[in-house]
Amino acid sequence: MTVTDAKTGNWPAGGAPPAVELTGISKNFGHVQAVRNVDLRLRSGEIVAILGPNGAGKTSTIDIILGLSQPSSGRVSVLGMQPRQAISRGLISAVMQTGGLLRDLTVRETVEYTASLFARTQTVKEVLSGAGITEIADRRVGKCSGGEQQRLRFALALLSDPELLVLDEPTTGMDVEGRRNFWAAIRKDAEQGRTVLFATHYLEEADAYADRIVLLRHGRIVADGTASEIKAMAAGRTVRATLPGASEAMLSGIPGADTVEVRGDTVLVHSTDSDATARYLLTSTSAKDLEITARGIEDAFIALTGDDADVSAANKGAI
Amino acid sequence: MSTVPTVISPDLSGRRAPALGGFNLTALKLEIRRLTRNRRTIIIAIVVPVVFFLLFGTGQAYDTQSAGHGNVSAFVMISLALYGAVLATTFSGAMVSIERSQGWSRQLRLTPLSPVAYIAIKIATALVLGFCSVAAVYIAGIVTHKASMSVGLWIGTGFSVWIGSLLFAAFGLFIGYLLPAENVMQLMGLILGLLSFAGGLFIPVSQYAPTVQDIAKWTPLYGLNQLVHTPMLGNGVDWTWVVNVLAWLIIFVAGAAWRFRLDTARV
Repeated sequence: MTVTDAKTGNWPAGGAPPAVELTGISKNFGHVQAVRNVDLRLRSGEIVAILGPNGAGKTSTIDIILGLSQPSSGRVSVLGMQPRQAISRGLISAVMQTGGLLRDLTVRETVEYTASLFARTQTVKEVLSGAGITEIADRRVGKCSGGEQQRLRFALALLSDPELLVLDEPTTGMDVEGRRNFWAAIRKDAEQGRTVLFATHYLEEADAYADRIVLLRHGRIVADGTASEIKAMAAGRTVRATLPGASEAMLSGIPGADTVEVRGDTVLVHSTDSDATARYLLTSTSAKDLEITARGIEDAFIALTGDDADVSAANKGAI
Repeated sequence: MSTVPTVISPDLSGRRAPALGGFNLTALKLEIRRLTRNRRTIIIAIVVPVVFFLLFGTGQAYDTQSAGHGNVSAFVMISLALYGAVLATTFSGAMVSIERSQGWSRQLRLTPLSPVAYIAIKIATALVLGFCSVAAVYIAGIVTHKASMSVGLWIGTGFSVWIGSLLFAAFGLFIGYLLPAENVMQLMGLILGLLSFAGGLFIPVSQYAPTVQDIAKWTPLYGLNQLVHTPMLGNGVDWTWVVNVLAWLIIFVAGAAWRFRLDTARV
């Protein structure tokens, strides 16, 4: 687990504040704990995916970063400021999946209205052409397709040239091509120093586009690292063999073994070093019919976020 | 842990918050355009009061009879200007219910616009549409040559109606935050019609049965309607009218502030 890395990491850039810093954040709704003692530090220019099943605390955590909700305890700072201060300076933007647009305004009016609320923005014309919505500028928002509305939301989010862009399930409803273009644009932005935090259910998307994945479960960060680190952490490999008369106690010392399970004559060894495990089984025991299976990130995700009966009861009401 | 090779430190020196919490004339212009785009709002708040005035304030035998420092036509004109202005300001305030149901209010919270500046934009919008309602009825009064009172009374009563109608901007905001429904506008039209009858905007309250009169005096348009006619009638101010207006103002503002806080609370 690299959860604490964020806490102890050094920030050499002349004391520049991290893009996001959560210290000991908890959020309770009544006696339901949606977020539990989360520490998270994002550097400028990182693309970070926040991943987790429903009720894991993704939305609660994002709302706290956006200043839409107040943590029950802990400290939150965005670029060294309170979220609300950062928002009033145009430093944070967010794109939500649905809603957030007035149907009776035109696309251009929506951009104009939003731009008027910031101290400084790009011109409306630049924003419209940048988002590729110049040709629908005079269309009522209510008459725009879902994809067009989503492009408008992005245009609004980029108006103030934010340092931190927060996206909630950003590519839902996009086709493969659209998704690829979208991420190419986001990556270019991040190279300029923009920090991107996105919540997603698409594991492949987190895998392919995030520099870093933060895995939440029951309001806690259960893993924090690159996609391959996450996969290595939980995935490992499973070595399966037929070994009559085996017992779990007898096999607990197998090299590389994480967990050992015996089902009748079958032995299942979850291993972080499958080569060593296999070698041992084949040379030092009478195991046969050996099988080694790798797990993908999907399995890692399930392994890391899977339900434990004890905590799941307490967490049922959390959204 | 991360593949980002260098730490980029962003330059935040040029970043500042907008003046006045984000209140600005572009937003106001667009709010007014939204309101006027809704044809039903314009018909109800501007066209209907003018039509009522033409029917009841210019076509009747009693219209040219004198009343206080003016005539009956002028009296009816003031009533219907108040009716229009109250519809206009209530609708402007109640627009927040549509904004909430479409998620726009939440989106605005991710911009520098402060909640107070947002309410200020709503009130300014209400003032502009309320002014249009009053102006429309008063222009109808001028054009038809029926309403008669001194120039000072035209201006004085018009101004009183306009500013007085702000009471209902608070009412609209309260209802708009209370009922997150798309059809809140239709409901408003109905409620305001009833309140207008009770307040004596269509028929003088003195013509109702005694019990009805007693009830009517507690309703929110009664005091305001009496007060805006006072300069023209020259009958002096009854303190109960002032109490009526102030009490309802406190109720509406407190209600709107309460719901507004719940809505913008960072829970």
